Amino acid sequence: MDTTAVARAPLDTPETADERPNYLNAEYGWKSWLFTLDHKRIALLYLISVTFFFALGGTFAAIIRLELLTPEGDLLGPDTYNRVFTMHGIIMVFFFLIPAIPAVLGNFLVPIMIGAKDLAMPRLNLASWYVYNLGGLFTLWAIVNGGVDTGWTFYTPFSTTYSNTYVVPTAIGIFITGFSSILTGLNFIVTIHRMRAPGMTWFRMPLFLWSTYATSLINVLGTPVIAITVLLVAAERIFHFGFFNPAVGGDPVLFQHLFWFYSHPAVYIMVLPAMGVVSELVAAGCRKPVFGYSFVAFSSLAIAVFGFVVWAHHLFVAGISPYSAMVFSFLSFAVAIPSAVKTFNWTATMYKGAIWWKSPMFYVFGFMGLFLVGGLTGLFLASLGLDVHLHDTYFVVAHFHYIMVGGAIMGFFAGLHYYWPKITGRMYNDTLGKLSAVLVFVGFNLTFFPQFILGYLGMPRRYHAYPPEFQVFNVLSSAGASVLAIGYLLPVLYFTYSIFKGQAAGNNPWGATGLEWTTQSPPLPENFPDQPVVTEEAYDYSKREIKVA
Amino acid sequence: MPDALAAHAEAHGHSHGHAAHHPDLQHHFETLEQQKEASTLGMWIFIIQEVMFFGGLLAAYMLYRIWYPTAWSEGSAELNIQLGGLNTVVLILSSLTMALAVRAAQTGKQKALVGFLIATIALGTVFLVVKGFEYHDKWVLHHVPGLNFQLEEGQVPQIAIFLSLYFALTGLHALHMVIGFVLMSVILWMALRKRFTPEWYTPVEMAGLYWHFVDIVWIFLFPLLYLVDRAHQVQ
Repeated sequence: MDTTAVARAPLDTPETADERPNYLNAEYGWKSWLFTLDHKRIALLYLISVTFFFALGGTFAAIIRLELLTPEGDLLGPDTYNRVFTMHGIIMVFFFLIPAIPAVLGNFLVPIMIGAKDLAMPRLNLASWYVYNLGGLFTLWAIVNGGVDTGWTFYTPFSTTYSNTYVVPTAIGIFITGFSSILTGLNFIVTIHRMRAPGMTWFRMPLFLWSTYATSLINVLGTPVIAITVLLVAAERIFHFGFFNPAVGGDPVLFQHLFWFYSHPAVYIMVLPAMGVVSELVAAGCRKPVFGYSFVAFSSLAIAVFGFVVWAHHLFVAGISPYSAMVFSFLSFAVAIPSAVKTFNWTATMYKGAIWWKSPMFYVFGFMGLFLVGGLTGLFLASLGLDVHLHDTYFVVAHFHYIMVGGAIMGFFAGLHYYWPKITGRMYNDTLGKLSAVLVFVGFNLTFFPQFILGYLGMPRRYHAYPPEFQVFNVLSSAGASVLAIGYLLPVLYFTYSIFKGQAAGNNPWGATGLEWTTQSPPLPENFPDQPVVTEEAYDYSKREIKVA
Repeated sequence: MPDALAAHAEAHGHSHGHAAHHPDLQHHFETLEQQKEASTLGMWIFIIQEVMFFGGLLAAYMLYRIWYPTAWSEGSAELNIQLGGLNTVVLILSSLTMALAVRAAQTGKQKALVGFLIATIALGTVFLVVKGFEYHDKWVLHHVPGLNFQLEEGQVPQIAIFLSLYFALTGLHALHMVIGFVLMSVILWMALRKRFTPEWYTPVEMAGLYWHFVDIVWIFLFPLLYLVDRAHQVQ
């Protein structure tokens, strides 16, 4: 079986001859979706769920930006404002950013990229979607009843003793949803270990799989710790155990350690898969293999490992020992190295590459610029002295939005634009795609760059009112948020339109390498007509025509 | 998808013979062996995440034990070492019967398999009943933090934290036992319907792995909770 021959089949003409039923039209009816074991359908179920939560979290963000348009607290009172930013954080972190790329693109791509028929445990995969939604229902119930005001970080003893909001249902929701990411991670690890097609060695795997694998390791090792932590918060509220209550000898800082032991690596759960998408796109978009494949592959694992030993940089002002603070500061600097390896290698790949200007690449360029700023400002915060000044200011808010939104969401959108033709078999309007990428980039910078300045000037986060001299930056930020919102809404429109009216995409509209582009679009229920055999390295563009739809 | 199935049979029928047609071979695996390897790896990864889950609590245990050694010593003395010891023996025995059940499935001894599974469930029940008596005693003695807790004369207040950890750790362990019951009941039901053969008994083995893990958690919990400073107290 010569896969390269299949891959080099017509690049820009849709294959019309004897197409077999694909995963979308093989079965019909709601049962065929809600009881499906097909990883591709489950990926679409996840896409619907995470889009819903993204919209909900975005609505809360809009309310925040609206309130901050003026210095006075005129739209919301302080209590409501506390709930709004808490719900924004909880929904975006636990219900959108963490599942977004792994559960949607990962689910769709992992088996296809390694040449398997499905994930190793299809029933577990479906179960994790239900588990995710069950956790979402708990959290939604809490929102409908008035929400939570602890911040997404649930710091004790406020969350355990003083808050009069729905902490317990939200904590249970996060506990339950955590299991969905544990099970998805477990499934990916087993699948990548045991289901690879003949010839698909570890070092022939697309880099997306390396980053998915690294992400899954964090999911499996980190998520149980946040699970037990939120469970303890709930137990402390219900039974007044006192683990984190200083009044009976408990230690609130212990909570912060346990919380960040997961929640810092969680940042890498969000951004590592985005890095995987970018690696795929840099190769496909420059018609070159990724520069230093093994360095990029191992940097994913290095980020996963280092990511577990930097958590206490969130605690520099919490009274931890200065010696451990120094160690954690050093390690936080160290985690920048593998990230920089990736960024440099992508840039080196682009050097003298035949870059094509399609909308996925626009998102990739956006990612690289924003991730660079987000990563470098992280070093500011890892510095012990500077962190004392910047801690809990808008500088922190801007920094992590550059990583989470500028990195993770840009990567998610890049991936969606790149794989949309494979997922649906349809092309979307590329001009609108580019427009949306530009709007997101401009809107994002307008929203969050002023927040760096605000934070540096000393505006603290999580306040509904602020001194009037900060207004100009806040107005800029709110204006940028509107542009950003348009940038995010546009794809919903042209993606939906493309499903009904889009041109047929053909097997390989981008002329890219990789098993996923050798099968039909949308793929067969079993992904491939025959068991694929891999005979070439990843990103071998040397034998390929440079011709793109 | 008759085509795909036909292609599947064609591609693998000749090399793996009857294995390709085994009713328990899921469609996306090539061989039973690959399927079993996947299940085993998956189960071990699940156990690793369980270790991290209990690990969070054990980190809290470690911190507070270093901070409050007196509370740990006095709190541990409040626990019933006889019942705890009995439960340790009961659980180790249940691990033995579980291992024998896996062996019986491997060698195709259906009656022995059913017998050992029932023995495992029975020993697990004994454990939970004993645990229930222990919890009851704690209730009577007002040793349940949050619900009814009273310090005795001269006791350090941080005993509350020790006992909270005792209930959190043993409670989560008991919850895992209950989940183990559900698993074992399903396995027993499948065994009664003679679903397992020496060729395919993966569920028995995976349930066994889980059961052994839950036992090992107790092997850690018993000394950590019941045996703090006991030698000192005997003198």
